[in-house]
Amino acid sequence: MLQDTSSPAVSSAAISVEKLNVYYGSNLAVRDVYLDIPRNQIAAFIGPSGCGKSTVLRCFNRMNDLIASARVEGTIRFEGMDIYPSGEAAKNFDPVELRRRIGMVFQKPNPFPKSIYENIAWGARINGYRGDMDELVERSLRGAAIWDEVKDKLKESGLALSGGQQQRLCIARAIAIEPEVILMDEPCAALDPISTLKIEELMSQLKEKFTIVIVTHNMQQASRVSDRTAFYNAEATDAGGKVGYLVEYDDTEVIFGNPKEEYTRDYVSGRFG
Amino acid sequence: MSAETPSPKNVHLWQANYKSAKTLETIIRVLCGFFAVISIATTAGIIGTLVFETIEFFQEVPLWQFLTDTRWTPLFASKQFGIFVLMSATLLTSTIAISVAVPLGLLSAIFLSEYASTPMRKTLKPLLEVLAGIPSVVFGYFALLTVTPFLQEIFDFVRTPIPIPAWLDFLPFTQYYEPDFFLELPFPYLEGFNALSAGLVLGISITPLVASLSEDAIYSVPQGLRDGAYALGATKRETILAVVIPAALSGIVASIILAISRAVGETMIVTLAAGQNPNLGFNPFVPVMTMTAYIVQVSLGDTAVGTLPYKTIFAVGMTLFLMTLTLNIFSFWFVRRFRERYE
Repeated sequence: MLQDTSSPAVSSAAISVEKLNVYYGSNLAVRDVYLDIPRNQIAAFIGPSGCGKSTVLRCFNRMNDLIASARVEGTIRFEGMDIYPSGEAAKNFDPVELRRRIGMVFQKPNPFPKSIYENIAWGARINGYRGDMDELVERSLRGAAIWDEVKDKLKESGLALSGGQQQRLCIARAIAIEPEVILMDEPCAALDPISTLKIEELMSQLKEKFTIVIVTHNMQQASRVSDRTAFYNAEATDAGGKVGYLVEYDDTEVIFGNPKEEYTRDYVSGRFG
Repeated sequence: MSAETPSPKNVHLWQANYKSAKTLETIIRVLCGFFAVISIATTAGIIGTLVFETIEFFQEVPLWQFLTDTRWTPLFASKQFGIFVLMSATLLTSTIAISVAVPLGLLSAIFLSEYASTPMRKTLKPLLEVLAGIPSVVFGYFALLTVTPFLQEIFDFVRTPIPIPAWLDFLPFTQYYEPDFFLELPFPYLEGFNALSAGLVLGISITPLVASLSEDAIYSVPQGLRDGAYALGATKRETILAVVIPAALSGIVASIILAISRAVGETMIVTLAAGQNPNLGFNPFVPVMTMTAYIVQVSLGDTAVGTLPYKTIFAVGMTLFLMTLTLNIFSFWFVRRFRERYE
């Protein structure tokens, strides 16, 4: 197979970020982020509150577009495609197509007010899925390790499930549309330890098919599940606000075992944050 | 350090009067309770009067006659008491009103909540609610003196016969109409008092209710649900139709039912603009008499207390009350049954 190593399209990174700045209104929220998310691996974003890790995550599927005051500078490439193009290309760029390929799971489980079946089928239907819907629903629910718990009540409301089940339903919903990347924004923050464990086991299975980026406050979780870890920190600005920045990004063993930066060492050892 | 509770050294500075505080609590409780009882007792008194006079009425007029007569003539020598005559008028005006208010109110609510920018929403919503503050007598005269003449002009224009030009004479059927042939549309004549303009204006008057309450319901759908839909690659339209509206459905339905209740009970607009003629049927172009309009007519007239015509207004009032009560109970049930609980 011929490979053109100079083209970003064939690099091993699913997402690559260059000199990313994000503003909310006139406030700079995150500055100077450079990182590559490798394919079929789990990358974890850790750091104290307000360090911008969720903000960076929400740039990857342009969810920040939904916040009127948010503004993004710099370059983010998804499989070689600039997802924040400028000029004429910006008008033609459709975030809806991007979100079809980059799924997301949120901090709070947010199943739709529909049946369990419809929670899965709706996303597939609006994206023009022409295959066997029953088969897709079953495959997705099995993929999210929730099939056995819900197979007899597919017609019941998704809101009737427990928090952990709701979150796995949301994961099933995300993988049903067969994205390439799944973004997880603190997916276990609202869950008990047993549900958390189930979702962590699930993530290890999912990375065979998907690239996963997870934001977490739980350092043990990051060290358990991820291959790469990015540590973000926040520093005070002259204007009295806070701006987040990427301190260090490396293999997870390095970040937790032998980090290069003093801040990282202090954070992962629990000395602050 | 001593294990005892430390007593303040400057004890003379702390002299709480626990006794008078307790007395005051009792007085406040009794006072609030008294006024609460007054408001409940008033409601009970009104319902009691309604029930009492209605029973009196049905001792003179059998229920089946009330339900099956096809005319409503309690003030004439040959008395008939067909409540459906008045009910059909109320249903007619309310149906017209709801078919105006639901699309108008719901679409404004969706626009305000989902499409309008924050400053726009903050300006437009109070403006919409100002519409709810316009006295209904103003709406009534608006219907009678502005909307009806305007509609009459349109009706007259559509009804005006159109002369067939001479060059169409080759058509076979035109020959039968020599020498002058006009094309005339079978369009109805709109009377000065009619259910149509009363219903339309009634609809406009309840639109703010539907819009404002639906907007509250739609706006309070958690942002997380919208995010979840967008993250699946849904467009704004798909998100609104399939996720936001179903999530807000109980609130939307409640607002519509409240608006129906308001339309059924609304008095001034229909009395002024719909007329005083008890006509059975659903023709919106002729004068009709709604239940509320009948109550106004008898209340303003010189009907003696205790007579049968006097008692009819209680029977009509009771029917009205039962209709709105049913609607409100249904709305209450629906909201509890279909409310989606988040968090």
